[in-house]
Amino acid sequence: MSGDSLVSVRNLHRRYGRLHAVKGVSFELRRGEVLGLLGPNGAGKTTTMQMICGALAPTSGEILIDGNDLLSAPRQTKGKIGYLPERPPLYGELSVDEYLLYCARLRHVARSRAAAAVAHAKSLCGLEQTGARLIANLSKGYQQRVGVAQAIVHTPAVVVLDEPTVGLDPIQIREIRNLIGALRDDHAVILSTHILPEVQTVCDRVQILNEGRIVLDERLDALDRASTALRVAFRRPPGNEVLEGLPQVTAVEPVEGGRLRLEHESGAELADALAERSAAGDWGLYEMIPERHGLEEIFVSLTCGEVEPVATPNAVTTQE
Amino acid sequence: MLTIAGRELRSLFLSPLAWSVLAVVQLILAYVFLIQIESFLQWQPRLPSIPNAPGLTALVVAPLFKTAGAVLMMVVPLLTMRLVSEEIRSGTFSLLLTAPRTMTEIVAGKFTAIVIFLCFTIALILIMPLLLLLGGTLDFGLLAACVVGLFFLLASFAAAGLYMSTLTAQPTVAAVSTFGLLLLLWVLDWAGAAGDADASGLFAYLSLATHANAMLRGVFDTRDLVYYVLFILSFLTLAVKRLDAMRLQG
Repeated sequence: MSGDSLVSVRNLHRRYGRLHAVKGVSFELRRGEVLGLLGPNGAGKTTTMQMICGALAPTSGEILIDGNDLLSAPRQTKGKIGYLPERPPLYGELSVDEYLLYCARLRHVARSRAAAAVAHAKSLCGLEQTGARLIANLSKGYQQRVGVAQAIVHTPAVVVLDEPTVGLDPIQIREIRNLIGALRDDHAVILSTHILPEVQTVCDRVQILNEGRIVLDERLDALDRASTALRVAFRRPPGNEVLEGLPQVTAVEPVEGGRLRLEHESGAELADALAERSAAGDWGLYEMIPERHGLEEIFVSLTCGEVEPVATPNAVTTQE
Repeated sequence: MLTIAGRELRSLFLSPLAWSVLAVVQLILAYVFLIQIESFLQWQPRLPSIPNAPGLTALVVAPLFKTAGAVLMMVVPLLTMRLVSEEIRSGTFSLLLTAPRTMTEIVAGKFTAIVIFLCFTIALILIMPLLLLLGGTLDFGLLAACVVGLFFLLASFAAAGLYMSTLTAQPTVAAVSTFGLLLLLWVLDWAGAAGDADASGLFAYLSLATHANAMLRGVFDTRDLVYYVLFILSFLTLAVKRLDAMRLQG
């Protein structure tokens, strides 16, 4: 679902003295997109998110939120962002209702609408029953939910969540993921996480940050499409047309050593079918190796120094 | 700004610190009050014979407020230390940084909250002199000067404390340095008295004690008022600048 551009980041730099933490990060995000930000620790994810939310001033660069310049008009722009930092900014001595009301009023939600906004945020986060409870008395999962609630109570255009599911049990993790799914309709969401499967289930787009630079910026479905293939070797190979005719095989190409590389649709389980057909047709299948460029592999290869350009030309244009 | 002030005030009253502060201050000052009444009762027979003798207010209320100033100089740092340090330490400061609010609003909101709390304190202290009305008469002019003087003195303490709180993420460090700063400013005029005439004028002006004492004598001089206002504005401006710098430096 593509909508208007809600986040436009251009050439963002951040230096801490001699440490160049963020080096020229640029990207755009539209309404309805959920962006997953990955990267090893110290890559600059939190710094980038803090700059986008206005908690940290960039050394240079431009940030536009829904058309407003964050750096020259912070008061108008910050109201359009909701931010959940790694440690939720909760006041333990306040009750959930008091806290969310404060957060709403802090972001200039009109007094007349504040109560309704709080109720709506609570219902989205499953906090209806905990309104009167003190935040300090809530479990970690519920505190995290309150953290998410404060990020959305003023219905911002952009929601930025820094590791929202860390420390939660599997049920709570699933609930947060559902919540993010519910948010995507009207907002743009930026999510930072270490949990790769989370990116795959929740996000549309993934960015990998390494040493302050974006090394991958790609839509997840494009990544999946480009990365599944099977390397096979037959003693008595049938013709390529036969192999291409197999269900879910999209292309066949010969590679070194007399092997064949079968590209197939993402998620296809070719192994069994291929083995059966090979046995039936006496093709003499003696080698079958899945070529998996899973997200983890891409992550490791990109962040450990070897730059493997798995990204298609799509990635380059989105950075401009 | 009122939103921020409201929350800060609510958090203050929800914390046991504020209540214990009020209780301790009240206890100490009540004791001092009783001592002053005792000493007044001892003086009372001789007072009519002394020309231009100080009255009830000057003998009982003024020392009470002077002691209140001294006691609260030690106590206000404990109240202001949390204002920004605690927020930085617990990570809630990002809530304010990412909100569509200027640093000036944030500082003004926090300062207002502390000042309102200190007004409560002054009101509690004021009950004691007002009780004197049951048995005697009060010089309301002197009383008013004392109250106004104490109010501005405490507001100055609060402004200095707020600034110190922005400098560190450790509330206790903020408290200690605030207290040190206030003490330094208080005793500044001692150096002036010991030294030569030129320097002493400057030190006397800079010292909090000079202006506080003037108010306690019942002298309501606009120069003292201006001093207090400048003092408060300087520290609040420094606090705003410091918060801006934090956002820039990270």
